Amino acid sequence: MIIASQIAVLPIITPLILAPITLLLPKGRASWAWATLVSWLTFAACSFVLKEVAQTGVISYHLGDWAPPLGIEYRIDLANALVLFLVSGIAAVVFPFAYRSVQLEIDERQTPYFYGALLICLTGLLGVTVTGDAFNVFVFLEISSLSTYALIAMGARRDRRALTAAFNYLVMGTIGATFFVIGIGLLYQATGTLNMADLHDRLVGQDNRMVQAGFAFIVVGIGLKLAMFPLHLWLPNAYTYAPSAVTAFLAATATKVAVYVLIRFFYSIFGFDFAFMNAAFTYVLLPLGIAGMFVASLVAIFQEDVKRMLAYSSVAQIGYMLLGLSFASAAGLTATLVHMFNHALMKGALFMAVACVVFRCGSHSVQAFAGLSKRMPYTTWAFILSGLSLIGVPLTVGFISKWYLLQAAFDAGHWYAGFLIVASSLIALIYIGRIAELMLLREPASEGKYVIAAKDAPLSMLIPMWALVAANIYFGVRTELTAGLAEQAAATLMAFAGGGA
Amino acid sequence: MEHWIEFIAARYNYWIVIVLMMTGLYVVFARGNLVKKIVGLNLFQTSVFIFYITIGKIAGGTAPIYCAGELDHGGDAAGHGGPADSDHGQNDNLHDAPGVSDAPAQPIGESNPVEGLHSKIENISEDLAANDLKAGLNDLGPADGSEAVASLHDDAGKIVNDTLVNLQKPDAATFDLAGGAAPGTVDHAADVANALGDAGPCLGEVIYTNPLPHVLILTAIVVGVATTAVGLALAVRIREAYGSIEEDELVALDNVAEFGEAGAAAAGGAA
Repeated sequence: MIIASQIAVLPIITPLILAPITLLLPKGRASWAWATLVSWLTFAACSFVLKEVAQTGVISYHLGDWAPPLGIEYRIDLANALVLFLVSGIAAVVFPFAYRSVQLEIDERQTPYFYGALLICLTGLLGVTVTGDAFNVFVFLEISSLSTYALIAMGARRDRRALTAAFNYLVMGTIGATFFVIGIGLLYQATGTLNMADLHDRLVGQDNRMVQAGFAFIVVGIGLKLAMFPLHLWLPNAYTYAPSAVTAFLAATATKVAVYVLIRFFYSIFGFDFAFMNAAFTYVLLPLGIAGMFVASLVAIFQEDVKRMLAYSSVAQIGYMLLGLSFASAAGLTATLVHMFNHALMKGALFMAVACVVFRCGSHSVQAFAGLSKRMPYTTWAFILSGLSLIGVPLTVGFISKWYLLQAAFDAGHWYAGFLIVASSLIALIYIGRIAELMLLREPASEGKYVIAAKDAPLSMLIPMWALVAANIYFGVRTELTAGLAEQAAATLMAFAGGGA
Repeated sequence: MEHWIEFIAARYNYWIVIVLMMTGLYVVFARGNLVKKIVGLNLFQTSVFIFYITIGKIAGGTAPIYCAGELDHGGDAAGHGGPADSDHGQNDNLHDAPGVSDAPAQPIGESNPVEGLHSKIENISEDLAANDLKAGLNDLGPADGSEAVASLHDDAGKIVNDTLVNLQKPDAATFDLAGGAAPGTVDHAADVANALGDAGPCLGEVIYTNPLPHVLILTAIVVGVATTAVGLALAVRIREAYGSIEEDELVALDNVAEFGEAGAAAAGGAA
């Protein structure tokens, strides 16, 4: 069947080709409905890909039927099938959610552009995930980044600081992308190829300074994109001032995809033969991951803005993922993949809850959350449940991530890292607990600008949000899909990279 | 001392790249004006474009444009110049390939010409990893007589082209490999190209630079232009919203908006 043989390219083609049609549709509901439909189609395609990969193994698709290594190859194994599923799944939830939120926050004349840009951003993120060509990663990364800059700037209608946030992100993101290209150029110079599998073959035994420099450029470039601890400065403002739905989408997907790229470069290109990588694990990722966990969590406690607090918390969570990577073991890689998936679920739900509050109250300041349980009980409980997940309470996905991470830490002999993981989770308890206390125990403001109508968010927002909260609990109890697939994916990656399990 | 000057001079392209790159980054970091930041960013990106293009450059090579007009040394395909015709010519020559390949035997000085050529190319490739030689060579597989002839035909255009390039470089290692026949090397190599049967249409006359970096950089230039456009558009919007595009003024305005005049002064003092 012709569709079945082209399955690998469908997740990219669908949103890429259908996104411009959004611009031709009437403003408001029609363009939203179209974009939502496209996101669901994409999700269906990605689910199909995941099913195929889980059953039959790696899919290798030759774009335009040009055989690799000369042609561009889309190569989907379990690791990227999982990320595809995650990203498109989040999109399929965020698009229906966005309608009311966007109605409030975006000028109606801009809605076709908004949904079009969001679809292009989705395309870019999925493209980064499927491709097996190093330069292609850069192109898709920039497709998603450019649309992200525009999307963040659209928050300017509510707060003009969105513009400066977008500008700063543009400068940092472009420097990151350019560093990445320099790294790819050096690798190309050393090997004469851009295909990832081919790069891996040809880098074997090459441990010279050119490859090391390329490695360093790539790590720093991707580090900027994924907001690795000292390179995270663009993230808090960008997440704070972006439109609420965009924040929910980006927080759940963009940094995860960048983490995936890092994993792909570490394991599928450089591999453990490359001694420099082990040094990078021990002396860069491990300390930076731990520093990010603590510094960003501590900064989060003192934020007066819930969105900014959650943004700093995202930086801290990325610290966990880097920590998992730095153990250089199958268990650590599993923990990172699981946490990528789970963190997307919890952060998506948390930022959606904030979007609901913004919808009713018009603010994401801490004061707006006072007494929220009496006004918006469903939103409050969604926030609390996903907050518990963020802390890592049993029966939620957060617990699963932390469990795998702790196991990996002790397996790798980094027992102190285990204690640090628990300690930083306690800091998460403080900043989530602070908001929970406000919501549950305080009296709602009776006057001033934080008065909330005694009415919960509309159903079109509550249903997607609770779908994510339910996923937080479902995947916290049943771990076959996430942890099971992640373990297999990690085992495959480790075997390819030539490391001991 | 002379050694160092030579070392620096031989890599002049990298120095240009590094100077441009650092200038660009410095402008991005040091300038508060948003438009100047974009200019710095552009400079930074341009340095990377130059870096890519220089790594694809081959000494004596021309622009990688297919020169159909200069096709054919064999008479039958002359004047037509289409790809189909060149294929035809190639097939004709395929038949007498073993006989013709006596020609390169002389300069290489080995009994089996094909194997000699093959091993020669592989040796060169070790010296010049950057020129994408291995891509072609690995396809060749072990130097088995008839197989090598066939695969040489498949890749003849590329390999011979690369060989020519390497032979033209005044590189001691290359000369050794060519059997010390320095002055005649290029001519002999051209003979090799002819003998191997016109697989590459412009062999003997035209050496292409590596086209792939150009293509990559075309893509990167498009990305760079798009980034510049978005950045400048944001600068316009920032000017509309704030009335300024100086970063420190923007920060001050944000502080005033958030903390009021007194708070902004305090925040400014603290900073």
